[in-house]
Amino acid sequence: MTSIELDDLDRERLAGTRGKAEQLAMRMLVAAAETSGATEFVPIEFAHIGSCHYTGRLALDYAEFLLAEGATLAVPTHTNASLIDIHQPAMRPEAATPEAVRGAARLMEIYEALGCTAMWSCAPYHEARTRPTVGTQIVGSESNAVSFFNSVLGARTNKYGDLLDVCAAIIGKVPLAGLHTDEGRLATHELRLELTDAELADSSLPHLLGIIMGRAVGTAVPVLTGLPSATEDELKAIAAAAATSGAVEMFHVVGVTPEAPTFSDATGGRPVDRVTVVDREALAEARMLLTTTDSEHIDSVCLGTPHFSIDEFGALRKALAGRRVHDDVCLVVTTSRAIAHELGLRGWRAELDELGVEVVLDTCTYYPPQPSGVRGTVMTNSAKWAYYAPGMLPINVVFGGLQACADAAVTGQIGGSA
Amino acid sequence: MKITGRWLHGESISGEVLRLDEPLSFWGGLDPSTGEIIDQAHPQAGASMAGAVVAMPGSRGSSGTPGVLGEALRTGAGPAALIVTKADINLVAGAMVAESLYGVDCPVLLVDGETFASLTTGTRVEHAGPGSLVD
Repeated sequence: MTSIELDDLDRERLAGTRGKAEQLAMRMLVAAAETSGATEFVPIEFAHIGSCHYTGRLALDYAEFLLAEGATLAVPTHTNASLIDIHQPAMRPEAATPEAVRGAARLMEIYEALGCTAMWSCAPYHEARTRPTVGTQIVGSESNAVSFFNSVLGARTNKYGDLLDVCAAIIGKVPLAGLHTDEGRLATHELRLELTDAELADSSLPHLLGIIMGRAVGTAVPVLTGLPSATEDELKAIAAAAATSGAVEMFHVVGVTPEAPTFSDATGGRPVDRVTVVDREALAEARMLLTTTDSEHIDSVCLGTPHFSIDEFGALRKALAGRRVHDDVCLVVTTSRAIAHELGLRGWRAELDELGVEVVLDTCTYYPPQPSGVRGTVMTNSAKWAYYAPGMLPINVVFGGLQACADAAVTGQIGGSA
Repeated sequence: MKITGRWLHGESISGEVLRLDEPLSFWGGLDPSTGEIIDQAHPQAGASMAGAVVAMPGSRGSSGTPGVLGEALRTGAGPAALIVTKADINLVAGAMVAESLYGVDCPVLLVDGETFASLTTGTRVEHAGPGSLVD
């Protein structure tokens, strides 16, 4: 029945002689192979899993089952963001949604007990010591991280959904298909930038490019031409936005990303199926999608979707320039424990505290239960936040650059100057 | 009419079809406690999956889909079966875990576009041998 190549160990697992957890994990991987059409497995060296994010009682029962059945992890495994910041329980109070908050806390304990590294971040790639390198086969789950791993680091992963990702970490391999193969990584769609220098210099450009890319290409692998340079944080913004408005799991930028020194490298020397021109009009259209109100008054500012890097904190300090956040505005920045530690070492954490900036760890602010302080009209510099939050929380959103967000946080007004 | 396809999970379907005209992200798109489609932008928003043979093009790529499908199956508000046009591991994963943890059955059948086009809401389908259904 199954067309995937199995070894003796795989057959033992399927027969249940190595326990129920490995049996289910192996059955899930065989099912994954059957849906992808793969005929062989490939070993992985690293996993970043999302099963540790609470989506309901089943997520918890599943994790309890894996723990009780003695499941162990075959590869270093990092955790994606949680529903809660356990160090700041007031952010998503237990009293408001007791089952979800308690469930999320227990889920965090279980995945740590299973042997995961407690990263609790959607941007685990900011941790330089554990970054996968070019050509490494890995498992990713979080959409922006999958795209960053593939596009920016040259590691190889498809997007693995909840429940399945941890199976791959337990067994240590995945079906050889899609972005794990050379062929699957070649671009079939060109995104051609025809923009002025001023448009190229706009700090919101990467976010808008990502939104345009996702809408134009859906699930294809695109190649961007006409973007002279991009920092890692800019590539991260493209990755996050393109995985939000579409399902882009990998993109190339000619002359910038590791598998696209030339256009021909990105496409495997073949012509692309489609070309989409990105001009001023396309940018304006993308920008319109990201704002739901013409209110000039701001209640909150949400930054850090995906989790802020240390350089992004540096840019925020510069944008605030020592000004305090307005008393009626809540400015929240989400980031990882690793970056927060670095903030402490640099003395930035105390400085941001004094300016009234709330640094939240382990989670994000765009999904329910509604975080305290995130209300009314919310400004963000993240296209991902702006695209998702109005469908998930009772708020309105205004999209803008980091400087505009900082100014709004200080004055309580959009476009206001302090 | 006899419908044929390939079983991605389970091997028997019977019930009344609910047809979804577009893919659905279960995370944020389905209330797992009621089975109601809550994605307001979806053409079948407001319809309930509970107990239905849900014919759909597939899920949207959300990583949360398996957990939410499984959760709906746990609460009893999930579909009786799924008929899809895309071999969608996220739906299979949710169905497999719900079966393993709770013994809830939610078979998943892969069909071609022509077969999918013939399935309309309210059609009764029955199992008719390996990989086959009749309506």
